[in-house]
Amino acid sequence: MGNKTLRTIGLPVVTLIAFIGLWQLYCNLSGIADYTLPAPSDIAKRMADDRELLWSHFAATLKLSFMGLGLGLLVGAAIAVIIHSVPLFREAVAPLLVISQNIPLIALGALLMIWFGFDLTPKLILLVIVCFFPVTMSMLTGLGQAEPHLREYLGMIGASRWERMKRLEFPASLPYLFTGLKMAATYVVSSATVAEWLGANKGIGYYLQLRFKGFDAAGVFGSIVCIIALSLVFFGIVALLERFIIRWRPSSRGEWKAVSK
Amino acid sequence: MNGPKDSDNGYKLVVDGIAKSYKRGKERVPVLDELSLNVRAGEFVTLIGPSGSGKSTLFRLIGGVEKPDGGRVLIDGGDVTGKSGLISYMPQQAALFPWLSVAGNIASALVTAGASKQEAKALAAEWLDRIGLGAFEAEYPHVLSGGMQQRVSFLRALLMKRDLMCLDEPFAALDALTRADMQKWLLELWEADRRSVLFITHSIEEALLLSDRIYVLSAAPARVVREIAVPFARPRRGDVWTDPAFISLKQEVLALLEGRR
Ligand SMILES: Nc1ncnc2c1ncn2[C@@H]1O[C@H](COP(=O)(O)OP(=O)(O)O)[C@@H](O)[C@H]1O
Ligand SMILES: [Mg+2]
Repeated sequence: MGNKTLRTIGLPVVTLIAFIGLWQLYCNLSGIADYTLPAPSDIAKRMADDRELLWSHFAATLKLSFMGLGLGLLVGAAIAVIIHSVPLFREAVAPLLVISQNIPLIALGALLMIWFGFDLTPKLILLVIVCFFPVTMSMLTGLGQAEPHLREYLGMIGASRWERMKRLEFPASLPYLFTGLKMAATYVVSSATVAEWLGANKGIGYYLQLRFKGFDAAGVFGSIVCIIALSLVFFGIVALLERFIIRWRPSSRGEWKAVSK
Repeated sequence: MNGPKDSDNGYKLVVDGIAKSYKRGKERVPVLDELSLNVRAGEFVTLIGPSGSGKSTLFRLIGGVEKPDGGRVLIDGGDVTGKSGLISYMPQQAALFPWLSVAGNIASALVTAGASKQEAKALAAEWLDRIGLGAFEAEYPHVLSGGMQQRVSFLRALLMKRDLMCLDEPFAALDALTRADMQKWLLELWEADRRSVLFITHSIEEALLLSDRIYVLSAAPARVVREIAVPFARPRRGDVWTDPAFISLKQEVLALLEGRR
């Protein structure tokens, strides 16, 4: 176990450090202008200089993304449950669901700003549209995937439709739900950044726009670092939540299905 | 059928001329052909027949999760064809919910059967202690061995406040030693409580050891080939299998089962 943890965490860290090291080395040796490609040390310095400003924007994006992801989870799960319970609904709304994912984010964002102004509402709507889809799709798969033996058992003892959802389909869908939520968690921060870019006076997206307008490459890289860090934070939170909630699986994955055999 | 009519309360369950066929490709394949049988209150009745003869199908019809093409199911004299929620059921696979604790599995089924939450919890805890599984109360089912899971599954069926228990090959998946153990244990519990039981097995010894009456079924479409009253006294001795009558009955059933193939 310890060995495996070392490999799954240690190896990526080593790769990352090597990458940054090579980058630094290249910048130092080639003498490339720092307004074209800033060295990691330049980026770090810029971030340190800007730390108070950066921190307040970081916090704003964190808050926006958190609300978007949470709301997206609720909306996504609700849509999945409704579609699963009313099969007619599935065919009816399927095209809408797909269309909602095909409109470019900036176009959708622009429209929402025109309709709702520049405060929180349009940004949240945008994030919900981004986050709900993977949640709905994966949960829908999970809801239909419940073990047939258990389904038959509930039928035989006379469980109601609602009990079947509560006791079987919903819990069986949770591992799938988390797969979708992890996807949503990876998208949510960059989507929030786009929303902030389009119209905001705070957030990493706003900061990014400021630095871009000043042709400040180190500043742009600084916002990329923040976006990556935020994304990792969200992914980590979801992964932790998954561990905390889905505790019934035996330690090796996939094995739990054999339990009811 | 001779003896009392359906309306007489001596019969817990009457299956009256049940027919069922399934579509396989374009053909309709009959699985049950005008099958009639009954279970008196407090009686342990076993169905024995070749696998694929339609025994589990009959259970699904009694349990109300499927509708017969013809015939009726009566419980306590009332027509309950296609109605579910009237029996307690133990399937071949333990069918425990992997996300519920052992106690939770029992309690939630009892709640479905109409017990209050507190009552269900108390009953589950009390009986798990009584059958020596008290230490596993809070564990997930995958921690238990196959035999222990079957014990939990049986307890779940036993504790439901329903007068008719339908047990579908509950011990078929167990090794011989565990199986003998479970039979002894089932016999003890049942003889203390005397519920009406309809039991499916393909083991002749098991049928003779446990039941008051045996229906020997033909291969599909299932019909009753013979009805046998088992003459051994209650409480059953663990060594009835040494009785010469046991051996001759066993040979009789074996001949019936083989002769029909
Ligand atoms: N839902 C179904 N659709 C089609 N055929 C079925 C279905 N359920 C059972 N059968 C068929 O009915 C026959 C009897 O099955 P079953 O009742 O499970 O037998 P048993 O429990 O006696 O072994 C089998 O040939 C099986 O293939
Ligand atoms: Mg069967």
